[in-house]
Amino acid sequence: MLVQIRRAVVISVIFFLLLGLAYPAVETLVGNVFFSHQAGGSLTANGSTLVGQQWTGPKWFQGRDDPDNPGATGSANWGPRSEAFVKILEARIYLLRSEGITPTADLVTGSGSGVDPDISPADAYAQAAAVAKANGLSHGVVRRLIASQVVGSQFGFLGNSYVNVLQLNEALARLH
Amino acid sequence: MNLTWTLVIFAVVMILIWRFLGSYLAAVYEGRVRYLRFVEGPIYRLIGVDPEVEQSWQRYAGSVISYSAVAILVVYGMLRLQGSLPLNPQHLGAVGPALSWNTAISFLTNTNWQAYSGESTMSYLSQMGALAVQNFASASVGIAVAIALVRGFARRGSPTIGNFWVDLVRGVVYVLLPISLVAAVIFIGQGAIQTFAGPVTIHDALNHVTQVIPRGPFGSQEAIKQLGTNGGGTYNANGATPFENPTAFTNFLSIVLLLAIPFALTYTFGKMVGSFRQGVSVVAAMIILFGAWVAMGEIAEHGTNPAIAKAGLTFQPGGNVEGKEVRFGVSDSIFYNVASTQTSTGSVDAANDSLTPIGGFTVLTGMMLGEVSPGGTGSGLYTILLFAIITVFIGGLMVGRTPEFLGKKIQSKEVKLAALGVLIMPIVVLMLTGIAVSIHAGRVGPLNHGPHGFTEILYAFTSMANNNGSAFAGLNANTAFYNVAGGIAMLLGRFVVMIPCLAMAGVLAAKQAVPASVGTFKTDTPMFTGLLLGVILIVGALTFFPAVSLGPIVEQLLSRKFF
Repeated sequence: MLVQIRRAVVISVIFFLLLGLAYPAVETLVGNVFFSHQAGGSLTANGSTLVGQQWTGPKWFQGRDDPDNPGATGSANWGPRSEAFVKILEARIYLLRSEGITPTADLVTGSGSGVDPDISPADAYAQAAAVAKANGLSHGVVRRLIASQVVGSQFGFLGNSYVNVLQLNEALARLH
Repeated sequence: MNLTWTLVIFAVVMILIWRFLGSYLAAVYEGRVRYLRFVEGPIYRLIGVDPEVEQSWQRYAGSVISYSAVAILVVYGMLRLQGSLPLNPQHLGAVGPALSWNTAISFLTNTNWQAYSGESTMSYLSQMGALAVQNFASASVGIAVAIALVRGFARRGSPTIGNFWVDLVRGVVYVLLPISLVAAVIFIGQGAIQTFAGPVTIHDALNHVTQVIPRGPFGSQEAIKQLGTNGGGTYNANGATPFENPTAFTNFLSIVLLLAIPFALTYTFGKMVGSFRQGVSVVAAMIILFGAWVAMGEIAEHGTNPAIAKAGLTFQPGGNVEGKEVRFGVSDSIFYNVASTQTSTGSVDAANDSLTPIGGFTVLTGMMLGEVSPGGTGSGLYTILLFAIITVFIGGLMVGRTPEFLGKKIQSKEVKLAALGVLIMPIVVLMLTGIAVSIHAGRVGPLNHGPHGFTEILYAFTSMANNNGSAFAGLNANTAFYNVAGGIAMLLGRFVVMIPCLAMAGVLAAKQAVPASVGTFKTDTPMFTGLLLGVILIVGALTFFPAVSLGPIVEQLLSRKFF
């Protein structure tokens, strides 16, 4: 048994060096040589396209109803029959209507990560009229702006088409 | 239409993996591939193992336990000393004793239950050097035990079942590390984060928001987390976090990786016992269960969320989107969560807690069937082989003769070992859930009220005892009670199945084969697959139906009530 424990200790050291240090170091090297933008966190001047932000409507396009705190990711975990959750949803629906936006399911709910950076094209179009009015732009210009930002299903069949909220708002800012 | 294409391409990819990874695994564990001699050779010399010398089942089990005990101490020690160790750009302090105990056991047992938030608890060194190392090692230990059991069936009159240290090293060097090296590059190319640069602070001049974004070398960990059916995320939101699972393609790749080894091992099994059809009859049972649960989850989640409907939004064309990510959509999200709970992975790309009642039933009961469809790396195969032994025993009772499986007589010792391995999980789940709902320390855990809160507790212990690690995450599990009780559940769920498997391997390997006669119940037929399915479903239903009735079933039936 002592022999086995000595082996266990030695192999733990070997695994630490090989799998715990060398493996991630090699991947970091490869990642930074070939995909330095992605490996560094997909950063733009205003944030990361992979981390959602709080945008106040209707001047800007809004994302999911998330806390958007990258230091504390996670879903709100409301069950499908939670009375407390119904109250939160009613408040969100009321707020969107008061801004002239027709609520959609994505816009009133939270995501799995709590930092979902995307909305569906339908969610963006639902905000088009209100955003156009608040920014003094024509409805058609805003709709064309959304259309230019839509990313389709990957390889045509994986996932849903989406619009990245940060990129959409950066494009909106460039219109001014 | 998207889902149809996804499933078709998924099926083609899985068939290729089953065939080719399956035969590669057989070659690895039979010692026929040696192209990485220059890596494994020095490791054997350093640990003082002669790769040609095999072990009895007792010595094999002793080696498993020795390695596991040392690994628990290493992980526990590294977490407790985190504040004084390097590679800690956020200057995170030591992890508390109860949480360190729970986390060390969790990663060692391939569970990856996480009662902490990665981004605010674990340093880079803890993630890479303590937790990810166990992602590799625990997966390799699981495969080793499954292979040892397969050798028990394949060998005749043999006193040994292989060498644990050789199996452990070969699993890492020939299987887990090469595939992870490639998969991690794909994850990073798609957007998974991989940097040692520490957190970044960015001010958005457009909306005046300032964010502090934690970063780390996490793409590498993502690859092995899926391939090893571990599931422990580097961020609290796990596979929902864009830095871990950036695109629909990485989501698909994750599903393929986490199912690859558990499915492929059935081909390996068939090849090593010399019966292709035997491997098929086992994998067929896995596929039927897996397919049925995916279908159940997809149907449930394309329905409406009752809370959203009550708040006034009855038009939910995409299905239940609460707790799901827009880039994946409902179909791919629930597909991932079902795959992850049917293996022992337990990573999630959408909130299990926010699934519809039947969606929650799907992920919960997928684990309750014992993680055999296809189960974890190695653990899926050895658990379904225990069920197969129960099946031939029941088949033997029906016709009144001594059962045989692959030419080996199945006698009272084998049946007792199989029954122990199959029953320990339900015993642990039901007893600990019973204790938790009876004491204050357990009842303060759930976030949601009513039956959903009960499901949060039941789910936690089901997940831990099955070494799954997913959560109905509303439960506040970082308390002394849940950390300590959960640690016990994970240890029992892992080792009280593994040790009987190794004992079974030893007993079977020593036996001579009996020639098949006209009375032998054939185990490579659709009839056997059907019986095996029946046994798995009946054992699961008999043990868990009362508990599940109090959770998701009553939640679904009380269709107008809110809590």
